[in-house]
Amino acid sequence: MAQLARASAVRMVASGKASHIGSSLSMIDILSVLYSGVANVSPSSINSPLRDVVIVSKGHAAAGTYAVLGHAGFFPESWFEEFCIDGGRLTGHVTAGTVPGIELSTGSLGHGLAFGSGIAISAQRDGDNRRIFVLMSDGECDEGSVWETALFAAHHKLNNLTAIIDRNGLQSFESTESTLALEPLDAKWEAFGWQVLHVDGHDHRALKEALKSPGNKPNVIVAETIKGKGVSFMEGQVAWHYKSPNDVELGGALSELDSD
Amino acid sequence: MRTALMRRITDSASSDPSIMFVTGDLGFSVVEEFRDLLPKQFINCGVAEQAMMSMAAGIASTNKRVFAYSISNFATFRCLEQIRNDITFHGHSVCIVSVGAGASYGTLGYSHHGLEDLAIMRVLPGMRIFSPADNYETSSAIDAFLDEPGPTYLRLGRAPATQIHAGVPNISRGALEVRSGSDASILATGSVVSACLSAAESLSDSGVDVQVVSVPRIKPFPIGQILELTQGRSLITVEEHSTTGGFGSALLESLSSQRESRFVSVLGFPPEGLEVHGSQGFLNKAAGIDPSGIVKSVIDHLRAQR
Repeated sequence: MAQLARASAVRMVASGKASHIGSSLSMIDILSVLYSGVANVSPSSINSPLRDVVIVSKGHAAAGTYAVLGHAGFFPESWFEEFCIDGGRLTGHVTAGTVPGIELSTGSLGHGLAFGSGIAISAQRDGDNRRIFVLMSDGECDEGSVWETALFAAHHKLNNLTAIIDRNGLQSFESTESTLALEPLDAKWEAFGWQVLHVDGHDHRALKEALKSPGNKPNVIVAETIKGKGVSFMEGQVAWHYKSPNDVELGGALSELDSD
Repeated sequence: MRTALMRRITDSASSDPSIMFVTGDLGFSVVEEFRDLLPKQFINCGVAEQAMMSMAAGIASTNKRVFAYSISNFATFRCLEQIRNDITFHGHSVCIVSVGAGASYGTLGYSHHGLEDLAIMRVLPGMRIFSPADNYETSSAIDAFLDEPGPTYLRLGRAPATQIHAGVPNISRGALEVRSGSDASILATGSVVSACLSAAESLSDSGVDVQVVSVPRIKPFPIGQILELTQGRSLITVEEHSTTGGFGSALLESLSSQRESRFVSVLGFPPEGLEVHGSQGFLNKAAGIDPSGIVKSVIDHLRAQR
């Protein structure tokens, strides 16, 4: 599913002349694993009050999110053509109510973890057995609200809350470390009282293992990824945070993705 | 009004476990009873208003109704985007309880004044706004939120010494006559209604007979009810808020959209603020919304109208 989703995301960003393909390609493996049976949610249970909740807090990775949801059967793949076009359903940042499976409209960073912790504490108080997964970007950890929530979730021992940080190392202009250094990132989360796991964010088996039920703390998975993963000329290139592929670049990207 | 507020919320929450109360570490000496009686429904989020508003939305998304409590400036400006993106855009049932509205915390200084909150809450799509004048209107606003949940802003000032109403009014009408009169109509919102009643008394001693209408619901703006109650008279609005973007502005916008022509004066805090510091009474007097200031403005209004 991940490879299909990559090709769909690249097509969407090219046809919609949109941005953020690099951010989409880095998180597609993580989201694919979540929707491959790890999170207890499916197209048929998306309105169930006891479903697991997947929140994409890095809402700019919209093409990647829509691609995974479409290939997971939440809506018809034909809707991909409506990405970032006038009157289309799919917007450049994920928007709730547009397609099934989007739990929270995001696009402004630093909202998903706090919203998710609200669901988590409500479930904890009610004794409901459900898990909340929040997929965040690493640049998002610049936001103060992330750390407000880090305090809160640890204080309340929200072990039903799992944050996954797409640690691709790049943000808008340059690397996270030359923008506003995050390292030692694992140690920061540990110091806030979270259980921290560090994995290869493109290794599905490692992700699945890390996403198993945590202990008695909220847990964060720092997933090492490559921005633009799967398309050689996009990998690790900050330019593809904003750039949209032209026809030649689209052809090149698809030939790499289809040949894998 | 905070005591009446907490009594009403606690009563409702005692019989309904889906009612939650979250606070940004405020409400000392007021919220403890709720916390001790209903610990499973109480969360102190700490001094973290941004996370609190997103969390409140998340809790509400699990089919709950959430009261989110803080001082008006912290409950609005600090976390405006969380309110906009996570609460109103998604239509989650969070009632933001904004205490100390206007200049209630006068001597605490500018950081604690809530004089622009109505303007920014009004502009948010889907936000309903209540600004009660006394304990009875406050109770009615809470009932309205619980009966018809949805994004709600409840603006509470300091309770007047005497109650405006004799019992719980039906706030769903949006505007309520609290004194009849034929020369002009004073429309007021929040605890300043009390000062308007005092002003009307003084004016009647000098032969000027003004109606006073309390407007506890600012959004949706009850323009139909106001037009009906005021019967073509000229209007003076009074609010403990900037004259930009608040209650008076809402009236003028509504009159315009209704193609209704009335002679209107808007009283409130000057848009650029005051250059003096002091208590609520002192600041309201400086802004001209104490009883004597209102009397003077009504006389000026009637003179200008002729």
